[in-house]
Amino acid sequence: MPKEKFTILESTCVPLPLENVDTDQIIPARFLSATSREGFGDNLFRDWRYTKSGEKNSDFVLNNSRFEGKVLVAGKNFGSGSSREHAVWAIFDYGFRAVVSSFFADIFMNNSLNNGLLPIVIPADLLSNLQDLIRKDPGSKVHIDLANQTFTIVPTGESVAFSINPYKKECMLGGLDDIDFLLAIKDQIISYEENKKRV
Amino acid sequence: MATEKNHTNLEAKTLYDKIWDSHVVRSIAGGPDVLYIDRHYIHEVTSPQAFNGLKERGISVFRPGNTLATADHNIPTRDQHLPIRDELSRNQVTRLSENCSKYGIELFGLNHSKNGIVHVIGPELGFTLPGMTIVCGDSHTSTHGAFGTIAFGIGTSEVEMVLAAQCIIQPKSKKMRISINGLPGKGVTSKDIIMYVISEITTGGATGYFVEFSGQAIRSLSMEARMTICNMSIEMGARGGVIAPDETTFNYLRKIPSIRGIDDIEAAIDKWKTLSTDEGAKFDRELVFEASDINPMITYGTNPGMGMSVDEAIPMAEKNSSEASPSFLKSLNYMGFKPGMSLLGHPVDYVFIGSCTNGRIEDFRAFAGIIKGRKKSDNVTALIVPGSKLVEEQMAAEGLIEIYTAAGFEVRQPGCSSCLAMNEDKIPQGKYAVSTSNRNFEGRQGPGSRTMLASPLTAAAAAITGRISDPREFL
Ligand code: SF4
Repeated sequence: MPKEKFTILESTCVPLPLENVDTDQIIPARFLSATSREGFGDNLFRDWRYTKSGEKNSDFVLNNSRFEGKVLVAGKNFGSGSSREHAVWAIFDYGFRAVVSSFFADIFMNNSLNNGLLPIVIPADLLSNLQDLIRKDPGSKVHIDLANQTFTIVPTGESVAFSINPYKKECMLGGLDDIDFLLAIKDQIISYEENKKRV
Repeated sequence: MATEKNHTNLEAKTLYDKIWDSHVVRSIAGGPDVLYIDRHYIHEVTSPQAFNGLKERGISVFRPGNTLATADHNIPTRDQHLPIRDELSRNQVTRLSENCSKYGIELFGLNHSKNGIVHVIGPELGFTLPGMTIVCGDSHTSTHGAFGTIAFGIGTSEVEMVLAAQCIIQPKSKKMRISINGLPGKGVTSKDIIMYVISEITTGGATGYFVEFSGQAIRSLSMEARMTICNMSIEMGARGGVIAPDETTFNYLRKIPSIRGIDDIEAAIDKWKTLSTDEGAKFDRELVFEASDINPMITYGTNPGMGMSVDEAIPMAEKNSSEASPSFLKSLNYMGFKPGMSLLGHPVDYVFIGSCTNGRIEDFRAFAGIIKGRKKSDNVTALIVPGSKLVEEQMAAEGLIEIYTAAGFEVRQPGCSSCLAMNEDKIPQGKYAVSTSNRNFEGRQGPGSRTMLASPLTAAAAAITGRISDPREFL
């Protein structure tokens, strides 16, 4: 799928300071029966967002109108567990374009990069300062510059460089995806297959 | 206790390097590698969007013969011959059949005589072979590493990539070796070994690494038990786990009636014998554990790293910290437990034996060993779910089904079942389940369910007593 281009994002944030949030929490398995990629945002963090009887749980951050924005500020080890890409679709479909944490699970990181959701790793102390700041002043913005790989907390001016695989960076900046790339090198793949058979 | 060591020999290669390097089609400058994929498994839940993607691009499946499909995640475990009642599940299973027939992919679907959980049937059918690269849109693809393969879970976008071009774009992982010295004691299974390692290094302890398991304890394990180890390597954050093939592996493969693409199994085995880590090859990290430190394990929290010996008390805080964090307390609170509490004797409502972690014939034999001549506790509901039709057949052939029935258990039909509870096999709100699966996340086995992961032996002891019990007392 051609993806949205990601260049610069300046936005307020939604804080979710829990550690080890796994993909079963992000999108519970019972919502995986769909056969398209759209609409998962409605069930993002379903079991935290709604009570058993289906009412909105007012304690949960997504139901708190003080917090909104395109950046999810998560806790350590975000996205662990199941490889379901539906977790990333749900976060993206809800409207987030970047997730910040001090540590991401591997598959989640890959899935995010493949779907135009930018995972940004920042130092743990900066992450906890940012969580505090957002809770005190929900209007606080962050500024993400993908080309220059910088993440800035606007009110304090604190800025850090984040890393991203150069290939994935090109893809995100250009809104391209991996399949476009693979289809373009099909001859090489075929010659690999032929050589392998001869060995 | 873990000890770390370090040694280097620049020419020597690890097993992971050998397999990876021989599958690189092209390296992208400063970026990942284009990795050729030998075997691709698909199932009903993570494939439909990938097939949609192909359709939107107007392309076909590049190498349909390298992909094998099964229906497992979202199927009922009773009355499989009847139409699936849940409309969404039925739709997914139907879509899988349609996509497979449209693109010429071999399907071991519902009611096929060799249907089963993807990570159980792949090895059974000889589709998983040493030295291969294997992927599937399911994180427990790491299971296949037990055969000396690089096997790992991928997302749906990557499923589409493999269908489109038989390759994925991946950076190489760092390398870790985990050695388990000595032999485990009575009642200690491979499930306990891996749960112990995860509890020692935490669920993020191997993130970014591909792990090779070695040492006497690993070498002594059967293929089934090795699959359990590699299966759960993902639960410590690893990209995957691998065990070098040896005579145990080769004997397992020799017993498979026919293997696609292999005419002379002995010639193939001669080639596979080179698949091991060279002496002195460098790992980015090495950990060594002693099998004698390991006891039957159980989890008390909501991630697989929150595990302890079944006879221990729940710790006061997470590893390496003196004070319990809010996440730690939230987790115990969900479980209805308190720091310092002992779990022995705690009532159990459900027992689940099955999944790609412990749904193989050996697991059902182990469970049968304890329940034979005993009765299921009245307060326990048991879900006994073979990992595949072949496992079910073997259970019948060995007389295990009679043992289960005599003890008051009902044996279900194969599938993922309660492992992720997409079907009707849900653990109700607030109920306690001892489960042989791999994940104890909040709500994993149904909204509000409370999962305690354990081996088939510990599950059997719980099924008979209705309480958390030490399986060593029943052996
Ligand atoms: S049994 Fe569980 S872990 Fe294994 S493939 Fe099925 S859902 Fe995934």
